[in-house]
Amino acid sequence: MKGETDLVMTSNTNGALSFDGIGMIFPDGTEALQEITFSIDRGEFITVVGPSGCGKSTLLRIASGLLEPTAGSVEVDRDRLGYVFQDATLLPWRTVRQNVELLAELHGFDTAERKRLSTAAIDLVGLQGFENHYPKSLSGGMKMRTSLARTLTLKPPVFLFDEPFGAVDEITREHLNEETQRLFQSEGFAGLFITHSISEAVFMSTKVLVMSNRPGRIVASFDVPFGYPRQPQLRFDPEFALLSGEVSLALRGST
Amino acid sequence: MTTIPDVTRPGPEDTDGHPGSAPDVSLEADALVHAPGPPPGASRPRTALRAAVPPLVLGSALIGLWYVISYVILEPHRRFLLQPPHQVLDNGFLDWDAYSRILRALWNSTQVALIGLGIAISIGFFLATIMSQAKMVERAVFPFAVTLQAIPILAIVPMIGFWFGYGTTARVIVCIIISLFPIIMNTLFGLQSAERGMHDLFTLHHANRLTRLRKLMFPAALPAVFAGLRISAGLSVIGAIVGDFFFGQGEAGIGQLLRRYASQLDGEELLTSVIMSSALGVVVFWTFGWIQKLVIGKWHETEVLG
Ligand SMILES: Nc1ncnc2c1ncn2[C@@H]1O[C@H](COP(=O)(O)OP(=O)(O)OP(=O)(O)O)[C@@H](O)[C@H]1O
Ligand SMILES: [Mg+2]
Repeated sequence: MKGETDLVMTSNTNGALSFDGIGMIFPDGTEALQEITFSIDRGEFITVVGPSGCGKSTLLRIASGLLEPTAGSVEVDRDRLGYVFQDATLLPWRTVRQNVELLAELHGFDTAERKRLSTAAIDLVGLQGFENHYPKSLSGGMKMRTSLARTLTLKPPVFLFDEPFGAVDEITREHLNEETQRLFQSEGFAGLFITHSISEAVFMSTKVLVMSNRPGRIVASFDVPFGYPRQPQLRFDPEFALLSGEVSLALRGST
Repeated sequence: MTTIPDVTRPGPEDTDGHPGSAPDVSLEADALVHAPGPPPGASRPRTALRAAVPPLVLGSALIGLWYVISYVILEPHRRFLLQPPHQVLDNGFLDWDAYSRILRALWNSTQVALIGLGIAISIGFFLATIMSQAKMVERAVFPFAVTLQAIPILAIVPMIGFWFGYGTTARVIVCIIISLFPIIMNTLFGLQSAERGMHDLFTLHHANRLTRLRKLMFPAALPAVFAGLRISAGLSVIGAIVGDFFFGQGEAGIGQLLRRYASQLDGEELLTSVIMSSALGVVVFWTFGWIQKLVIGKWHETEVLG
């Protein structure tokens, strides 16, 4: 094992994002991840659930290249990688529109193009009318929407979400889940979503992976059979409840 | 000598029954209110009034105390030590000859302070920026910056005169030395204050060093920079006065005037100069607070006091 993590273009058949034998031992000796192998294609939305501290964020940091794994390799095109963090990380000195335009700015799009992209993204997340608001006057859910819109401007082929809705209330979270699921359908990206919430996982994904306690390993995998678009009332479907129960059991077994 | 001043001073009962006094201080009250949304229209004058009354009451009490000291505590032959307020007003503020001399000196010192502050800002920004870019530079400069802060200004004023003469240059250098440290430290702190998540975002999208500095670190630094500026601006005024006190050549500033009035026992003019110097400090502090509000008030939750 050479531990090479150089990005390889998505030209081969392994999917838009693939992990091959990823292991991570931090310099202080903490072993966070062990033998993680799976891949995600475009049109797939995979959610990882796992106990706190099992290495989920570490996995995303490795996927994005912010962190080098100590074993294994990642294949992904990092040119226009979408990555939504746990907190919105909006720049407080920029308005909603300016925040949404940031990534397009960093990628060198011209003013007209930026404006077009940000308008479209703001419409997609339903923030019309708030373009000129500063983050300090937005609610938690609106900040998260802004953060989503910012990432959407890049039309990323691969979209990473690190517990983005952990800090908003239940109702808002359900709305945001419905929107994310709609965006997934319309944009067709490959999604990797981290969460603590089983119902969120089952509601949005094509597949749910369960991670064990640290060091994190994939201990169970569930295909979600529901088609898209998914309606809010799916959450009351017996089949939905059954699947959620199975995931929950696997999660308990993993700790 | 009159016993009771014919000049009206605002007494406590004046502020209660006199709505006309509220608008004067509404600006100040404004600054005390937290940044977000204006309070409902009706409560605004009331808030202003509530903010204005305590300082006015205290101010009146202090003036009363001043009268007591001048007329009750000091015997007539020692009254020159603290002349009563209306006397200071008559001979200091209302005597145009004396007052214009004070204003001119104050203006000279203000210019010195502003030049010194301007140079300190340039040096401070530059140093803080390169310190933020290279840990090595930060480690190298840090101990010297702290030493600079620890220098008792009075101890090196004679040396500055010795090296740079006793004119404007020396005065400006005193201002730079005294105001540099807060600018370096606050700017550096500000540049380092951007959250890790924001840095990750810039890393993720392959931002280069300059872009990161321009679009992330500089704007993130602004609140701290302004905090430093307000401190430094006040210090620079002090530096200009202290420098002027010791350096007699070139255009005389307020320090020279203070020294002359003190040695000639001109109590009224001395007090007037002191009050005007303090006023200058306050104006400078306010001005920077106002600029701060203008530049970052829209997005930053600033608690502007004073
Ligand atoms: N830089 C680091 N150095 C040492 N240990 C680290 C470092 N970063 C993370 N860890 C450890 O690695 C483990 C996994 O961290 P990680 O943040 O990936 O967990 P997580 O699954 O995202 O947890 P949560 O659900 O609470 O967000 C934790 O025990 C954490 O303390
Ligand atoms: Mg995490």
